[in-house]
Amino acid sequence: MENLLAGAEMLARWDVLVALLVGSIGGVIIGAIPGVGPAVAIAILLPATFSLDPIVGLTMLLGIYGSSMYGGAIPAILINTPGTAVNALTSYDGYPMTQAGEGHRALSLAYSASFWGGIFGIGCLILLSPVLALIAPMFGSREIFLAAFLGILLVILAHRGQIFAAGFLAMFGIFLQTVGLDAVTYTQRYTFGFSFLSSGINLIVVVLGLFALSQAFFLLTAPDSSPDAKPVTGKLTAGFKELLKHKRVATVSSSFGVLLGMIPGTGEFTAQFMSYTYAQKTSAKPDDFGKGSPEGLIASEAANNAVPAAAMIPLLALGIPGEALTAMMLSVFYIHNVIPGPQLFQNQIDLVYGLYFALILLNVIVMVFLLFSTNLLTKIIRVPTRFLGVVILILSFVGVYSLRNSLTDCMISAGFGVLGLILKRLNLPIVPIILGMVLGGIMEVKLRSALPRLKTPLDMIDRPISFILFVIILLVVALHIRTLVREFRAHQPEEDHDMHDSQTR
Amino acid sequence: MSRVKTLQSLFKRYRRPGDIVFAWVLLIISVFLLSQLFEQTAYKPRGKLFAQPRFWPAVSLMGMAGFAAFHLLGSALSERIEGRWREVWTWIAALEYAGWFIAYAALVPLGGYLPTTLVFALALTLRAGYRSARMLIAAGACAVIIVLLFKTLLRVNLPAGRIYELLPDGLRPFMLTYF
Repeated sequence: MENLLAGAEMLARWDVLVALLVGSIGGVIIGAIPGVGPAVAIAILLPATFSLDPIVGLTMLLGIYGSSMYGGAIPAILINTPGTAVNALTSYDGYPMTQAGEGHRALSLAYSASFWGGIFGIGCLILLSPVLALIAPMFGSREIFLAAFLGILLVILAHRGQIFAAGFLAMFGIFLQTVGLDAVTYTQRYTFGFSFLSSGINLIVVVLGLFALSQAFFLLTAPDSSPDAKPVTGKLTAGFKELLKHKRVATVSSSFGVLLGMIPGTGEFTAQFMSYTYAQKTSAKPDDFGKGSPEGLIASEAANNAVPAAAMIPLLALGIPGEALTAMMLSVFYIHNVIPGPQLFQNQIDLVYGLYFALILLNVIVMVFLLFSTNLLTKIIRVPTRFLGVVILILSFVGVYSLRNSLTDCMISAGFGVLGLILKRLNLPIVPIILGMVLGGIMEVKLRSALPRLKTPLDMIDRPISFILFVIILLVVALHIRTLVREFRAHQPEEDHDMHDSQTR
Repeated sequence: MSRVKTLQSLFKRYRRPGDIVFAWVLLIISVFLLSQLFEQTAYKPRGKLFAQPRFWPAVSLMGMAGFAAFHLLGSALSERIEGRWREVWTWIAALEYAGWFIAYAALVPLGGYLPTTLVFALALTLRAGYRSARMLIAAGACAVIIVLLFKTLLRVNLPAGRIYELLPDGLRPFMLTYF
């Protein structure tokens, strides 16, 4: 209880509240503009938050992360273009509703389902905290190594149909983090005699290149377009009543969001697909799905909004990010010398509770904001795409250059920008590179620190948690092979892999 | 024949034009980096294998080369999609904007953040194909807002332009600090 109060007290500061307000409203706007996702915004703002207090910087980024999906539903429903990648499924049912003249109903349902998912996710996080505080200290070097390994494995296997590319990119990420002076043996690794490579390749420089600059290049090289969303009329609060008729779908979808959000490497997208499939299978009107089914809309929005809170679990408790946005947040923690992991729950539980409260507040702020400003947002999203590219390019400069005023960083970032553009155009995922860099670093450090206690390889899994993790790894691989064999035997038709588009924005 | 067909269907996959070019580039880079393993990393004679500075580069590069080879195989066994070189040209065209970005970064320490950003925003807006006064005013306004937000308000670590040294005494420190 004391910790809860201390957490609430952390938020009762004007700068934290302003950061939360700016983050959550900014997040909705960014989410609503097709072409700028939360990843671009967080990447750009990341260096700017380094000079702020940890709680201020984190609440701002958390605000963007948690609220962008609310905004992303608007263009998904009104113009059939998802604002953020994870709103892709929302457009399946949202847009047909708009075509049928029920735009306001679809929006209102999407907001209500998002709110339900968001609050459900935070509720689970708060309820799970005591359990986490109990389990987290059982994670030593071996367990964290295995969990990070599981994360890498899952992020590769989650990209069905693109496993080789995802595997390559994850390995590339692991390789990137090895470049430079090895901190333990003081030997150079892949520096090719260049002094600027001795300090390694900075994660933020890579993130900015892959997410922000690549998006600018992508927009600038593509034909210009201007999304045209029509304003909606009607009460946006009506969705709550309708949502209550579909409580089961909303709750199960949110649970999928929480469950998959906790598992590194899977995230919003898998959660959305699973809940959508569940909703369709259990619906009384399965044929309506894809033609304007309110249940489909609820399933998709409730699932993706439950993820941000759940994604904080592995990040806070183990220091393992599950996807690109939490990987970026991890660097904010490190900059402020707040090391997420088991000890965070023991020493700085007030910060953890502070973040929980921030998440609740942001959902409320966003909901209130959206009820009054949806039509304003339909005007904002009309920014021409090439102009957006110009603005992103200018903003990316602030992010890269402010790190250490280095022109070399800008060049490296521009290089990664071009790589990101190629990946986006080929519809290959970017996230494995970032997770490879972060999780690869964690694996190297943890394996080294576990070595003195390992006499035989079996010592790696002689503790309960490490053994469970090992079994999960084997299960994941076995299940994947089983699915491959089944698909191969059944000669299933090609899937629509445009779904991976989500990973790149 | 049937075995070849099975192999083909195992590796056939969804992709877009230009995939095979990218797959070749990935493989060449991975093999090149792997060939440099012994020169670019060290091996400590008495250390354990997993603690060797060479261990993780070796694991990741072997993984990269292996995955790149399979990716290429998958690309080669799938049917050809038209527009390969047009796509590659788009990648090359993106280098122009990378050049714009680097030039902008190189000019800020000389020309100052505010003037360079303003000029850059206007020039790039013109390059992007906009000619209307409305878009140019919007670009200028965006540039000024970004400078005010990041440099003046948030005091983000950006260098002061050398051009400001030419300003009169009263204005110089103000511009050096805030713009």
